[in-house]
Amino acid sequence: MKLLWLQSGGCGGCTQSLLCAEPRPLFDELRDAGIEFVWHPALSLESGDAALQILEDCAEGRLSFDVLCIEGAMLRGPNGSGKFHLMAGSGRPMTEWVERLARHARWVFAIGSCTAYGGFSASTPGNPLEACGLQFDTDEPGGLLGKGFQSNGGLPVVNIAGCPVHPGWVVDTLEKLAFEGLAASDLDAYGRPLLYADQLVHHGCSRNEFYEFKASAEKQSDLGCLMENLGCKGTQAHADCNIRPWNGSGSCLRGGFACIACTEPGFEAPGHPFQETPKLAGIPIGLPTDMPKAWFVALAALSKSATPKRVRENAVVDHPVIRPAVKKAGK
Amino acid sequence: MKRVLVGPFNRVEGDLEVSLDVDAGQVVAARVNSPLFRGFEQLLVGRVAQDALAIVPRICGICSIAQSAAAAAALASASGVQMPANGKLAQSLILATENLADHLTHFYLFFMPDFARASYVDRSWYPDVASRFAAIKGSAAPAALGARAGFFKLIGFLAGRWPHSLALQPGGSTKAMTAAERIRVLALLREFRGFLETTLLGGSLEQFSALASESALRDWAAGRAGDFPAFLNAAYDLRLESVGRAKDLFLSYGAYDLFAGGVWSPEYGETAAVDRLDPAKIAEDVSHAWLAQGEPLPPALGETVVDANKAAAYTWCKAPRYAGQVAETGALARQVVAGQPLARDLVCRHGASVTARVVARMIELATVVPAMEHWVKAIVPGDPFCNQLVLPDSGEGVGLVEAARGSLGHWLSFRRGRIDRYQIIAPTTWNFSPHDGSGQPGPLEQALIGLPAGEEAAPTIQHVVRSFDPCMVCTVH
Ligand code: SF4
Ligand code: SF4
Repeated sequence: MKLLWLQSGGCGGCTQSLLCAEPRPLFDELRDAGIEFVWHPALSLESGDAALQILEDCAEGRLSFDVLCIEGAMLRGPNGSGKFHLMAGSGRPMTEWVERLARHARWVFAIGSCTAYGGFSASTPGNPLEACGLQFDTDEPGGLLGKGFQSNGGLPVVNIAGCPVHPGWVVDTLEKLAFEGLAASDLDAYGRPLLYADQLVHHGCSRNEFYEFKASAEKQSDLGCLMENLGCKGTQAHADCNIRPWNGSGSCLRGGFACIACTEPGFEAPGHPFQETPKLAGIPIGLPTDMPKAWFVALAALSKSATPKRVRENAVVDHPVIRPAVKKAGK
Repeated sequence: MKRVLVGPFNRVEGDLEVSLDVDAGQVVAARVNSPLFRGFEQLLVGRVAQDALAIVPRICGICSIAQSAAAAAALASASGVQMPANGKLAQSLILATENLADHLTHFYLFFMPDFARASYVDRSWYPDVASRFAAIKGSAAPAALGARAGFFKLIGFLAGRWPHSLALQPGGSTKAMTAAERIRVLALLREFRGFLETTLLGGSLEQFSALASESALRDWAAGRAGDFPAFLNAAYDLRLESVGRAKDLFLSYGAYDLFAGGVWSPEYGETAAVDRLDPAKIAEDVSHAWLAQGEPLPPALGETVVDANKAAAYTWCKAPRYAGQVAETGALARQVVAGQPLARDLVCRHGASVTARVVARMIELATVVPAMEHWVKAIVPGDPFCNQLVLPDSGEGVGLVEAARGSLGHWLSFRRGRIDRYQIIAPTTWNFSPHDGSGQPGPLEQALIGLPAGEEAAPTIQHVVRSFDPCMVCTVH
């Protein structure tokens, strides 16, 4: 399976993240799955004319490839000219290259939330960059390729959302496609592969015990649940960050900071400070996706009253001050 | 004379195009273009000041931690918050991990593949170097990727994830390391040291960092197995120690309390002191950028207003200047400013060069890893990692840090809690800056002059451009 990879209005972080793939080095992993790069801007040898020739051959259908991976937002400005991002050496807008190449791709993958939905580039007031995603404009279908777009392989754009993506999300989606194929039923309503997006970040969070008792962190570096005060959206964000670790053992929550729901369209403009939880009458506005509000309020009141001392006190310090009790055998 | 356009200039971070005026097979003038504009400075305006911590890492996927550190430092300077000892150690460890990983990625994935180009097929070193460093397929790539991923596990323990962590705060780090994690991190550092010593350098870190002159470096490298000695062997054969000189005014903000900052030039003399850096002497010129024309402004007063049809412009990059002068930044600048003997000896003999820039990255790998081992040991689990930020209603701040590629500065001001100005000067903005209003070309533009170019030319231009380890996404924010 051949991949053609291009970078547009993004930070390059998805490629950098991908290179952290584990447990096997990325190039070994892909090669053994029969996956190879036709060209990748950060990794391939060819530059200048040789690179443009490869791209031109792909865009004209002379050189076949399977998956078009695009990283970074589509910048259509200023005034629809695409001049905010010209493909170096070609004088042509990247958006034009992407449209031409997408027509010949069997599958089109949006790598990262910028490419999928527009990301930060689209969130300057008034969107002067005229940024959008490949098939979404924030949470509205549309984007550069249009809401009806289907690649030759019969799928809409596959949105491997995340800012950046976890390397495993990309590698697993590619291997699923290579070995078993991908169907529309493998994607959720925002085009995200279910293999990582049918979990919530909250699942497997090391702070779950604190969450249960609504024992909440009050300040940066506290151990408690970050939902009530510090902006955590783990109960609403679709991703498996606390099941599939980042960089060996990490996750945002394990790192001590809130999930800002970077896999969701529009995460970049939440309408409140990222590290604060907006509340109405003391109750967080963004409640867990699947929970009626009245229940949440009732349960929270109950669980708070039942919070063990250990959990309550450990929630507001940066290392446990009360250890779990040790019971003697047979008592 | 003819004009040659080189692009896409790949294996850099982001988008680069270089326009060369070539006469009789030599470059007589160069114009460096970043053909991408991202406008992060505008999107920060109007946000709550602390939101910078979530937004600025997304400027760059390869130095997101450095961006965080600059924003955190700018907010800290606006509030006066201090970091507890653990927080400072943790921040140094996190930033050093990113910077060193970047040096490693650059060497193996971005820089060395050019030595596997067919134009070198007649060189004695070619068969070994080509099979080791060929892009993607070379035997070095898996080893380097494995070492890189392993090293980044430090970040898994210290900052949750990489890139785009929110762990770095003005008052320290959100992640208080446990006693168990401290042991794991030490083990990871040992593993990384092992890779550097056996595979990259072919000798101990301490032995390498003790090398104090070019001749000592040559002696050390002679006949030695290792990926860096293999580079040195090829580089001396190609005389890259005297290729790629820019203006030789070096600038560094200083890093981790380990490398002092300042400004330095070999004209001062090899053992001369460093000029103290005066940030008030920094100004950005926009004469050749697609930005509304105006006088050069210090970043605290800077503007970024698009003028996409400006006639004299050829890039989105501004031209930062220090006291009106062109300055180079990066690992080499950091090391010569800090007075590292080998780096100074190299630039006093030949000026900045392809070889010197690569050697400086190796010096940093060899000197910073042992420092990291000390920092981890100095961490006291149980002591605080983070002091709370209390921002005034209005204020301003400056954050000056060193990213892998050099000096990174953030200048912000906020009114009623919201950002009203945010200006950024990234390392590659210095190095890949265009001509300024007085006609001075930027560092890379100068470094390319006189190089062989054209159909048959060796890939010298590739080596020079990549010796700076450019990051265009930072440049255009
Ligand atoms: S910190 Fe966030 S993800 Fe973790 S338990 Fe609390 S709400 Fe869930
Ligand atoms: S925890 Fe949330 S913010 Fe962090 S990577 Fe996962 S989805 Fe993104």
